Amino acid sequence: MALRIGIDVGGTNTDAVVLDGRRVVAATKSPTTEDVTSGILSALTEVLREVEPSQVSAVFIGTTHFINAIAQARGLEPVAAVRLATPPQSLLPMIDWPDHLRDIVGDHFYVCPGGAQFDGTPLNVVDETALRDVAERIRESGRRHIALSSVFSTVNPESELLAERILLEELPGVTVTRSALVGRVGLLERENATILNAALLELAGRVIDGLEQAVASSGIHAPILLSQNDGTVMTLERARLFPIFTIASGPTNSMRGAALLTGIDDAVVVDVGGTTCDVGLLQRGFPRESTVAMSLAGVRSNFRIPDVLSFALGGGTMISGDGGTVGPESVGFRITEKALVFGGDTLTFSDIAVAAGATPMGDPTLVADLSPETVKAALAVVGARVVHAVEKAKLRADDTPVIVVGGGGPLLAVVPGLEALVIPENAGVANAVGAAFAEAGGEVDRVFNLEGRTRVEVLDLAKAEAIAKAVEAGAAPDTVRIVDAEDVPLTHLGGGSAVHVRVKAAGPFARPAATTSAATTSAATTSEGN
Amino acid sequence: MRIIDEAALNDITLGSTVLGAGGGGDPYVGMLLARDAIRRFGPVPVVSLDEVPDDANVAFIAGIGAPGVLIEKLPRAAEYERVLQTLERFTGVTYDFVCPAEAGGLNAVTPFATAAPRGIPVIDADGMGRAFPHLEMVTPTLYGGTATPCVFIDEHGNTMYLETATNSWAEAFARAAVLASGANAAMALYPMTGEQAKKWLVRGALTMAQDIGRTIREARVAKTSPVHAVLESQSGVLLFAGKVEEVDRRNERGWTMGTATLSGLDAYHGRTMTLHFQNENLAAERDGVVIATSPDLIMAMEIDSGEPIPAEEIRYGYRVAVIGLPADPHWRTEAGIALSGPRRFGYDMDYRPIEEPVA
Repeated sequence: MALRIGIDVGGTNTDAVVLDGRRVVAATKSPTTEDVTSGILSALTEVLREVEPSQVSAVFIGTTHFINAIAQARGLEPVAAVRLATPPQSLLPMIDWPDHLRDIVGDHFYVCPGGAQFDGTPLNVVDETALRDVAERIRESGRRHIALSSVFSTVNPESELLAERILLEELPGVTVTRSALVGRVGLLERENATILNAALLELAGRVIDGLEQAVASSGIHAPILLSQNDGTVMTLERARLFPIFTIASGPTNSMRGAALLTGIDDAVVVDVGGTTCDVGLLQRGFPRESTVAMSLAGVRSNFRIPDVLSFALGGGTMISGDGGTVGPESVGFRITEKALVFGGDTLTFSDIAVAAGATPMGDPTLVADLSPETVKAALAVVGARVVHAVEKAKLRADDTPVIVVGGGGPLLAVVPGLEALVIPENAGVANAVGAAFAEAGGEVDRVFNLEGRTRVEVLDLAKAEAIAKAVEAGAAPDTVRIVDAEDVPLTHLGGGSAVHVRVKAAGPFARPAATTSAATTSAATTSEGN
Repeated sequence: MRIIDEAALNDITLGSTVLGAGGGGDPYVGMLLARDAIRRFGPVPVVSLDEVPDDANVAFIAGIGAPGVLIEKLPRAAEYERVLQTLERFTGVTYDFVCPAEAGGLNAVTPFATAAPRGIPVIDADGMGRAFPHLEMVTPTLYGGTATPCVFIDEHGNTMYLETATNSWAEAFARAAVLASGANAAMALYPMTGEQAKKWLVRGALTMAQDIGRTIREARVAKTSPVHAVLESQSGVLLFAGKVEEVDRRNERGWTMGTATLSGLDAYHGRTMTLHFQNENLAAERDGVVIATSPDLIMAMEIDSGEPIPAEEIRYGYRVAVIGLPADPHWRTEAGIALSGPRRFGYDMDYRPIEEPVA
């Protein structure tokens, strides 16, 4: 028997499920721990009571750790943003960021001469002296993470490569995230994602160390795969360098999980975690994607990710004494020590819901004397916020079903004004179920010389190769499909006949019996998302 | 006169993306530039043509280049601040008002980057009622207005002053310069008097952009279809609904050029559409038959959200409605069609008003 394990590491809870096909064999929820590792290990230990570690063919992990870090501006490292363009620039790095994030991650940015024209020829000569000066200022600022962007590095990355070498020479030990590896055309959006990636690197290292240790200690010797934004998986090695590609996997997993648990393919999905609530639209079993500009906790990006509205509401959300102020602060994973029902001293949304009659947790008598006015006021704020978000997510004023998932999901059952919610069995572990059903992806990302072929022929070639890679990575051949295709002509190369092709194919992993070896292959061949 | 605040700027930005007809350049970038200018120098008054004295001096302010370029090579305030005073240095004339050349795309708001530091108003009008890829394709050309004297400034420190025989020559020289410079520059052009502006320009073009933006925003709030709301308010026609299957796009000869091919959804299942663009969408071909062309506006909008999707951003897998909006009456004349119709762009076909049913 080949089983797959899905794990969701949320801000509050770590959930694990064991799946035999679509059947949930075992499920558990345990608090996310500060070190991440022990929470995963206890979740794994719990589900492995029912099955042997050797029966596990692959461990699929999804985490909202990184988007939570951005949403709460916590655990982020300060970043030095270096842009290669024509100085002085007017639209500077982080120009349209929310202030609270810029205060923590930014305001250290530098513009140096460099970059490419649209045809790949140099825009400005890279000024080595200026860059070494910038390096000196970065050293003085104590920043250890650099986000490097360059005009048209998607067409010609040479400026970025040269600047990376110079900066690393001057500042050994810092990290440099290059924008050409993170995003596509659109300097501001690509740079934003690059800066966020740099800000997340240390956290990513700690979290991924934890994942590896936990799985190893549980006795499982199967590949570990991490969900990324587009619903496919990547290896942990890659996730260490590009945590930004996991940033939207939470919504993808919860919406896929909601569809898998309910059999409903068209719905609004409300995922209530410990800290945030994500609301998105499920269409034909998949999350509706953003089109042009998508906000990552207020930061504009051009990633291809689920169109999800996030706001601060979860089981751990802190409530003011009069119930009038709900969040945005959350006790997060400390809910079991901080919340009143667990004997703590902080009033949270969980306490309010339990006082109002939600499924009991902790010791309900500890909230028995909460003032009814406080409970009523807090529920009114929560109800209005959720209704507003559901209405915003809906595209039409119709009776689209609303599925509620997530650890805090059952808390919504007591909120007035929220009728006709679908709360499935195992709603609390929907993300882990969704993670376990992440797809295998295959990507082609390289420069082709047309050599007498038309670009359509080259694209078809690349598509066939991407499909073959996805199948090799474990996708069932009859369901694999092209999910993204793009080509950028590189007129400065190959006498004008070079074209940079990016094609991505994806499909569900084939039946577990076949995935044992295939999942191993996927660890080696799946690559970047977005 | 009214004052444009940041909320109004956001509606104009959204609406001008629709008026961009696939091109005109990312208005988000223009909005950031305009917002920055307004934050630094204070709000900018917008006046109707009727408020402009006949003897006032007016000039268009516009960015020129490829939309696919200016999202990388971002426009800078310095060029927009300097461009008008440079024109004044050559002509010896002081300009009292600036006006958008095109209300479609980022050029709806680039004049704010010039007006704010100068402390002069922007006129609620434009020379297109949309966006076009050539600088001679403005209503003043139809009435004998001249593009030059004009000034071109790029980010590399190059300034060009032009006096040309015709507006087509002005386009040819400016295009050659913008290509050499890297496909993004600022211009001050079409100097004219207030009296001329009143006769030549498309009135209320900024208000039209703002209205379209507000229509989309309000439809979203009301949970009705933003696409239908725009069609209704602007007498538009739904041309297609489909999924983007292929995009062939390149930055070439100073423009963003190519095609997007769509396969039909819902009522259009089994059918195809190809959008041909040169910065703007110039022709829409359904099942091999051209059903809409310039000067009418052809625009792709995300089916559900109504998000207008410019040609430089359209991507594989997007689900879009393709809509057609009638061009301003200035363009639906023999001279207007000769200047901006399909034959002008090399299509061997006649212009057919978008509201006429397909045979």
